[in-house]
Amino acid sequence: MSAPAARSPYAPTGIWVGIEAAGALVLACLWILPLLFAVWAAFHATEDTTRFALTAPLTLENFRRAWEAAPFARYFLNTFVLVTLILVCQFVLCTLAAYAFARFSFVGREIAFALVLAQLMIMPDVLIVENYRTMSRLGLVDTIPGIALPYVASAFGIFLLRQTFRTIPRELDDAARVEGASALQTLWKVYVPLARPIYVAYGLVSVSFHWNNFLWPLIITNSVEARPLTVGLQIFSSGDQGVDWSVICAATLMTSAPLLIGFLLFQRQFVQSFIRAGIR
Amino acid sequence: MTTRARDTLIGWALLAPAMTLLVAFTHWPALASLIESFYSTARPRRPARFVGTANYEQILADPVFWQAFSNNLLYAAGTIPVSIALAILMAVWVNDRIPGRTFARVAYFTPTVLPMIAVANIWLFFFTPGYGLLEQITGAFGLPSHNWLGSPETALAAVTVVAIWKEAGFFMIFYLAALQAIPPVLAEAASLEGASRWTFFRRVQFPLLMPTTLFVLINAVINAFRMIDQIIVMTRGGPDNATTLVLFYIYQVGFSFWDTAYAAALTVVLLALLGLVAFVQYGILERRVHYR
Repeated sequence: MSAPAARSPYAPTGIWVGIEAAGALVLACLWILPLLFAVWAAFHATEDTTRFALTAPLTLENFRRAWEAAPFARYFLNTFVLVTLILVCQFVLCTLAAYAFARFSFVGREIAFALVLAQLMIMPDVLIVENYRTMSRLGLVDTIPGIALPYVASAFGIFLLRQTFRTIPRELDDAARVEGASALQTLWKVYVPLARPIYVAYGLVSVSFHWNNFLWPLIITNSVEARPLTVGLQIFSSGDQGVDWSVICAATLMTSAPLLIGFLLFQRQFVQSFIRAGIR
Repeated sequence: MTTRARDTLIGWALLAPAMTLLVAFTHWPALASLIESFYSTARPRRPARFVGTANYEQILADPVFWQAFSNNLLYAAGTIPVSIALAILMAVWVNDRIPGRTFARVAYFTPTVLPMIAVANIWLFFFTPGYGLLEQITGAFGLPSHNWLGSPETALAAVTVVAIWKEAGFFMIFYLAALQAIPPVLAEAASLEGASRWTFFRRVQFPLLMPTTLFVLINAVINAFRMIDQIIVMTRGGPDNATTLVLFYIYQVGFSFWDTAYAAALTVVLLALLGLVAFVQYGILERRVHYR
């Protein structure tokens, strides 16, 4: 994201800088308005929620009430375990598969690759009915592995790592072989270290996707022990007892806080990771 | 052992774990949906039996399905072009050296890292009749009160706005990367030729952004059929099915009505739709895109 060295002849000048900046800022304000509003509501007493008096007293009461009203600590733990489990399994499985596609010309490779790419279009979210059936046969309904399994073999991850592995010179591979390294040792010693930035990028994308994922966890879980944050939040805020708004906003902020804070601190890395993961 | 035989052995061994899971949770369920769609739903004391194309005939005659289908087309037609256009505009703006561009970039991208479900809760309050933020703004201008999510005419538009808000900033970063990859020489050459800013965008930048547009378009189309989190939170398909999309209908049929055979047939229809989209995009559009 570094600024271009020379000034582009089409860069805005004079009054146009002001007009463009104004446009960009109005849109930016519009874009974070919902979030700002949630922050406002979460830190104020209910009666001040819709009265935008700047002097209204700040309070953490809403957070305390939200935390006590639902087992958010457990939900945080579940999400953390879920995201870690998915990430570790994805790294291992996708690395192995990507290495196979990048460096071995085996019988059936083209067909296998086409079968992998099919998942880019047919994401697990679409196959909820049959996957639920499979999970109940495996006895994995309402477990964290049950949420994770359909996402572990990720076509996106395999594709991304394959593209990266292909750019690594074959000579390095051959050199390692000459030294007597096995295929797995070569992968571990040569390929994985060289692809580190891609792992970081893919990791960030994967963590934010699964932290935020909702539909499949909603279907497959039905107890506090397995439910991730998103599902917990939905059950909390759609409660019949009529939870009040400021408390819902507090819970909403609480559940998104780790990602949001991570993003604000490392926004450059975040944005670059998403770009790196998206462009092949 | 020949190299080819050895490679095949190692290749498949490396591939086996990922392939097993892919088959188990992508290919098999797709195939199983197709098989199951020709059977009836098993009920207590009434096992599933072969019913031929009865489920598909039911789909053809199902007014809710057709409404979900047309809603989904409207949802796609609303989200895709608007979020892509906004993404390009955002990228062009943040790419220029203007005051506050870091703030703008963060603001545009923030919705991407927020969970849709959390975001939908915030928007729900935005749209609440009586004391929601939107009502307060329209009320200040003396406009009559309106129940945005409660009336069939505006509910779909309201959830579409939320989807656009969520997606535009995500697409922006791909355009931003592509814009920064365009060599500055092109701008100099164009300005020597006396091209206006608009001509430069239309004739140079936009065509060079085509591969990005294709990539973003594929994502946007998949999302248009996949993104239903905000609907579960905000409207639950209502009022009167005004915001029921195809995947939401599958969810409802499969997990509220527990009619799994009918849900399987609906899944097959959705898969066919996605397959058609893939065919059009990879087969036809890809060839017309200008690659560097």
